Amino acid sequence: LKYITEYRSSTEAKKLVALIKQRVTKPWTIMEICGGQTHTIVKFGIDGLLPKNITLIHGPGCPVCVTPLEIIDKALAIASKPNVIFTSYGDMLRVPGSKKDLLTIKAEGGDVHIVYSPIDALNIAKQNPDKEVVFFGVGFETTAPANAMAVHQAKQSELKNFSLLSSHVLVPPAIEAILSSQGTNIQGFLAAGHVCTVMGYEEYIPIAQKYRVPIVVTGFEPIDILQGLLMCIGQLESGNYEVINQYSRVVRLEGNVPAKNLIFKVFEPTDRNWRGIGMIPNSGYKLRPEYIDYDAVIKFNVGEIIAEESKLCIAGHILQGMKKPHDCPAFGTQCTPEHPLGAPMVSSEGACAAYYHYGRNKL
Amino acid sequence: MTNQNSTNIASGFTCPLPITDYKSVLLAHGGGGKLSQQLIHKLFLPSFQNEFLEPLHDGAQFTIGGQRFAFSTDSYVINPIFFPGGTIGDLAVNGTINDLAMCGAKPLFLSTAFIIEEGLSMDDLWKVIQSMETAAKQADVLLVTGDTKVVERGKGDKIFINTSGIGIIPDGVNINPKNVKVGDKIIINGEIASHGIAVMSVREGLEFETKIKSDCGPLSGLVETMFSASRNIHVMRDPTRGGVASALNEIASSAQVGITIDESLIPISDEVRGACEILGFDPLYVANEGKLLAFVSPDDADKVLETMKQHPLGTSSAIIGEVVSLHPGMVTMKSSIGGTRVVDMLSGEQLPRIC
Repeated sequence: LKYITEYRSSTEAKKLVALIKQRVTKPWTIMEICGGQTHTIVKFGIDGLLPKNITLIHGPGCPVCVTPLEIIDKALAIASKPNVIFTSYGDMLRVPGSKKDLLTIKAEGGDVHIVYSPIDALNIAKQNPDKEVVFFGVGFETTAPANAMAVHQAKQSELKNFSLLSSHVLVPPAIEAILSSQGTNIQGFLAAGHVCTVMGYEEYIPIAQKYRVPIVVTGFEPIDILQGLLMCIGQLESGNYEVINQYSRVVRLEGNVPAKNLIFKVFEPTDRNWRGIGMIPNSGYKLRPEYIDYDAVIKFNVGEIIAEESKLCIAGHILQGMKKPHDCPAFGTQCTPEHPLGAPMVSSEGACAAYYHYGRNKL
Repeated sequence: MTNQNSTNIASGFTCPLPITDYKSVLLAHGGGGKLSQQLIHKLFLPSFQNEFLEPLHDGAQFTIGGQRFAFSTDSYVINPIFFPGGTIGDLAVNGTINDLAMCGAKPLFLSTAFIIEEGLSMDDLWKVIQSMETAAKQADVLLVTGDTKVVERGKGDKIFINTSGIGIIPDGVNINPKNVKVGDKIIINGEIASHGIAVMSVREGLEFETKIKSDCGPLSGLVETMFSASRNIHVMRDPTRGGVASALNEIASSAQVGITIDESLIPISDEVRGACEILGFDPLYVANEGKLLAFVSPDDADKVLETMKQHPLGTSSAIIGEVVSLHPGMVTMKSSIGGTRVVDMLSGEQLPRIC
């Protein structure tokens, strides 16, 4: 259990909060990229411990939340087909599509399985040769190596009944999109530690230089977040804009090279629609042509499905850090975890769900 | 027959559920969280309304011939039927015993009904029966009546068990959410969340290696010793489905009091905490089967706590929070680093996360 209790120590937290208070002389606005970080901040009440002039903006780093509606609808269409076993990480099951979610498809008789890993899905495919097994490959760079491995293994073992519905998204293009969008007020970033575990942080250096923003690669425990904030605020106060690695117990500059090699062998960059944000160039992964037989969109011919977002939901503004969840008129009323209008209310990493569960609208 | 029934229903009954998205029942409707609450409040309560049901406690309480009784029922549909630390049989016996104990009652008699799927191995059935025998003996209750049905293969899931139970409530014992007062201390009898994690670890397709065992066990003996220490125990609840968070929310809501707990005081084993971290589960929402939450008047809290610690099922008992006058109906928690957050009722089952 090392690295859990140590990184939740109240004495250490108090020290860091005191250091942050000492260091801050001006108001600063900092975005934490990853939804996991957002949850830690709200769950442990970190935002309430910080000086009032530090504003935390919750970033788009929730893979569930940014998966576009049309891909959810494609997933629902595939999962409803007879003879399909549709496998997914648990938190995708409640994400609303245009009309239904995967849990409803399951209740209606669809064969929907929760798995921990695409390799589990691969094993289901091996055990059920007469069924088509599809894995919903959602996630940032963090989950890409495992998905690449599953597809690679399927091809090597000539497994024909497995395919991947890929909706991979990438962090650096999203940061660039946020920084180059009009009206952005974000002055520093906490980058997502787990993404950098795979990819390293070389690609963030040119972004920090180009936009003159400090970026701190940060972990997910309360002490990680407070250390990351202190490092970011320190740079802002002294006018620096480097990429610093707070999460050095896990992340190296070059990342995990074998994992990256596998990703690049199986995937190539593609333009990707982000739910609520829109199209960001080269911000996703699709399967390379030599793996096209494993692309579920082609296999099940669902490429034509398009979808329209709920007009009430302001997920786009929330994911870009322009609004807070409780700024939404539907928050907690028309939009609740039982009745989500948008994905940020569903996922365990979504900003709206974090605010709702941990009561930021009530306290 | 079916047609006639459905016509009657359609003409005489308009569904009051506002959850129009749900034309059919979802698993979450049985998950013990918000959707279960909706079923209870919108469908069951208006239909069955009576004074014994309305408190919505773990069991009904009533008086016959001057003696107070508690009566409770529960069905068990767990998959898999064998898990580290117990079986569906242990659960079925202990679950109803615990529901009665949460009314302050001493359980006496249980009924049991089996719905068995064709094809269940006789060996497995025997294991289940033996575990029920052992659990009943351990808690000193008798299984006095029962029923068996067998359904076609595919129409059940190995075995479903229902148990009902009746127990007597000793004089001076009065368990009711309405008795809860500001200042009451909240005591739990040990480490949380082991049952849910133990079952998860052997669920088909989601297996992981762990030494975590279910805490499944009868609480009636512990409750008896608690009442020997003090009669100022105002309410008790066993935090089964939906975990500690849901049980506390139920009490906050029915007693219309605020509850605040302290994360650093909640007992949890390192193994369970680690498994929850990996799965992305909040242990406050994970099921327990041998835990109770007791609301005790502040003057007697230490005495009750010490007594609990002497009992084998209470050695790691701890005071985890108290009843406050602020935010009635709401549960808040002081986090381990000193921040504050709301502990909400869970909507639906917790699902393993992406990353």
